Amino acid sequence: MIRVVVGRDPIDLAAEMALAERDRVGAVATFTGLVRADDGVGTLELEHYPGATERALERLAGEAIARWSLDAATVIHRVGPMAPGERIVFVAAAAAHRAAALEACAFLIDRLKTDAPFWKRDTRAGEGRWVEAKSGDDVAAARWGGGR
Amino acid sequence: MTVRVLYFAWVREAIGVGEEEVAPPAGVDTVAALVGWLAGRSEGHAAAFAEPARLRAAVDQDFVGRDASIVGAREIAIFPPVTGG
Repeated sequence: MIRVVVGRDPIDLAAEMALAERDRVGAVATFTGLVRADDGVGTLELEHYPGATERALERLAGEAIARWSLDAATVIHRVGPMAPGERIVFVAAAAAHRAAALEACAFLIDRLKTDAPFWKRDTRAGEGRWVEAKSGDDVAAARWGGGR
Repeated sequence: MTVRVLYFAWVREAIGVGEEEVAPPAGVDTVAALVGWLAGRSEGHAAAFAEPARLRAAVDQDFVGRDASIVGAREIAIFPPVTGG
């Protein structure tokens, strides 16, 4: 099962975990990304490419399911304005055993960073700035091979 | 050929609109050629496309390289490197 959500609503961890566990799988690995409060960030705004974003995330989830024989893959990403401490992204991989779940979870978040059309803009002391892409993200994504 | 071009993040801000319909001439058949041609449309376009190496693109919602063909494309997006997650 693939579950992809891109939207403005807060991410409900309990509800997402319950969904990920409902197939009576043996293992669920999850990753939650939060808006960092360091460097004086006041707000973070997420822009995306509607349609293409969902397509990219569904493709990624499908790839993870095929590669690690997962029972389910979940990718939830918020867009719009967010405050430090809020959840921005949640991924989950459900499988029979832990190794597949853990690896697939890392794959999903690594490749999401380079393959899905999102852009962050942060505001510090009232000054807005588009966040620059990190070369380390490309390295992390590349270790899984393939890609776009 | 008329094609819808979408802009995101600082590319959108520099150009001043999120999308526009354009009709590139016949010789403009790759992403790189389109970016070069669009740069002549306004000062905002020129500013947004001043450093093509900082741009990424999608043709009909698939990420592509600068040399990718745009022949027959319906929707082309031009944007900075992505920063989600």
